[in-house]
Amino acid sequence: MKNIATIALVTLREAARRKILWTALLAGALLLGIFAIALRLQVVEFQSRAMSPFVRYQVEAGMLMIGLYTCDLLAVVLTILTSIDTLAGEISSGTIQAIATKPISRSQLLMGKFIGFVGMIVVYVVITFNATIAVAYSVTGVLPEHPLHGLLLIIFECIIALSLTFMFGTWFSTLTNGVIVLGLQAVAFMGGWLEQVSGFSQSGHIVTLGIVSSLINPSESLWRRAAYEMQTPLAGSLSFSPFANVSIPSSTAVIYAGVYLCVVLGIAIYHFDARDL
Amino acid sequence: MSPSSEYAIETHNLRKVFGSHVAVRGLSLSVPRGEIFGFLGPNGAGKSTSIKMLLGLVHPTSGDSFVLGAASGDVEIRRRIGFLPEDFRFYDWLTATELVQLHGRLSGMTNEKLRKRVPEVIELVGLSQHEDRRVKGFSKGMLQRIGLAQAIVHEPDIVFLDEPTSGLDPMGRLMVRDILRAERDRGATVFLNSHLLSEIEVTCDRVAFIKNGEVVETRDLNAVVADEVRVVVDAHNVSQQAVAGLVRWAERIDVDRERLRFSIRSRDVLPDIMRHLVASGADIFGVAQERVSLEQTFVTIMGEDTSL
Repeated sequence: MKNIATIALVTLREAARRKILWTALLAGALLLGIFAIALRLQVVEFQSRAMSPFVRYQVEAGMLMIGLYTCDLLAVVLTILTSIDTLAGEISSGTIQAIATKPISRSQLLMGKFIGFVGMIVVYVVITFNATIAVAYSVTGVLPEHPLHGLLLIIFECIIALSLTFMFGTWFSTLTNGVIVLGLQAVAFMGGWLEQVSGFSQSGHIVTLGIVSSLINPSESLWRRAAYEMQTPLAGSLSFSPFANVSIPSSTAVIYAGVYLCVVLGIAIYHFDARDL
Repeated sequence: MSPSSEYAIETHNLRKVFGSHVAVRGLSLSVPRGEIFGFLGPNGAGKSTSIKMLLGLVHPTSGDSFVLGAASGDVEIRRRIGFLPEDFRFYDWLTATELVQLHGRLSGMTNEKLRKRVPEVIELVGLSQHEDRRVKGFSKGMLQRIGLAQAIVHEPDIVFLDEPTSGLDPMGRLMVRDILRAERDRGATVFLNSHLLSEIEVTCDRVAFIKNGEVVETRDLNAVVADEVRVVVDAHNVSQQAVAGLVRWAERIDVDRERLRFSIRSRDVLPDIMRHLVASGADIFGVAQERVSLEQTFVTIMGEDTSL
């Protein structure tokens, strides 16, 4: 356990000393600034005309969801970009050799790195998620319905993406790993939209296709579940968007994502242990 | 196969195949404890793959190997192993001190020990002035030095060094030589893979010559110096009969015009050889001794195999 903690801490320290985390935080701050301005403009516009408080609340809650969706996307991209190189790059450069010959098993080494990245993701998501809510609340007074559920689901979504970069990182080079995992994110994104479309078109085939996509990569379904948890029921039904309540992933989908994570991590550990370094 | 306590490393028919390429054909090796052991061979002979198998980085296709009595790859025994990989690379965002601390911590050192030992070992490799600098700005030579520091920080019982002097200037090489001798004097075994024959010659106690993934010969370098003496005799009128008679004392006899070269196992036989040559009518103008360099030995051994 001590060695896992050592590797996790060094991974966290690596994230703090490299520019990417700070760049991502800066990008988050920039988007938050734009978000705050947009919200403010919206509020001023609402004040200039007679607007029903109910409609006003629904629109502002919808805008909060846009902010949180941006926060979610940034977190997933940060997760993938920071972690694609950690195993793949260290294996190809030979950096891992000096560490893998220490009294630490390969599964401990992998889990230490994984936990370190999870720590970084949690810090990033907690900061950007809460900052988004704080900005929205200070400008509009609107709060999400179940913010803790939403926060945990977004973190979970990032962890799914992280597990994929770790698994493919034990097989492929950094670049190939990145292409595969970003491709899988695209599959998940498409799956989410297909399920939304199916809610309108009632096409069984599209539903099946959407479900299969979500089974291949369940990360997007976690976002849709998070959106469902955080928004007002009416706001969810107002629009055709990545946070509409047309097709809500069930609790089974969340459980499936948990099983998926365990399987992917298991494969990553098995293959990392079996391969030559 | 069960390991012997006499040896720090034992391998038996260790074999590694990558696809259709046989990297190590059947490595059988015994490295006595407390020696500096050189591992020599031409490029592609399978030296690095062999080291990686000994350390558990590469899984052997077949065969057995033991390090300090434990099967290669055993996690716990690694507390007693140090390793400097070829082209040492590490997290370059760490400072020199942090890097050595991390390796020491992973090897099981306590914070108290780290506080004392890390500055010591950084000074030993001549990087005290750079201890708080990030490794990112280090030259190749400095990386080799910090790599060596991380390999010995926990005072291991065996140290594997893969080309430790590449990138080092002459002073750096001298430093590495002194450190390796100090490690041996402390009781550690040093397994040195180097392409620098002169480096191996002056540093190692024993050397294994590896070719095509097999050990073709192991030599005690101290014994080579003491026992095998190459002699050059300046002589006229040396008959064929006189040359033939030399085989009683000498081997690898070459005659080149008026110069006679041969190898003997002991200087004690030289007077008998001289008497034999004079008695057979040769006029002797000079006798000189030349040591067989490791380079010559290397060429001789590698040349014996016609597949080279």
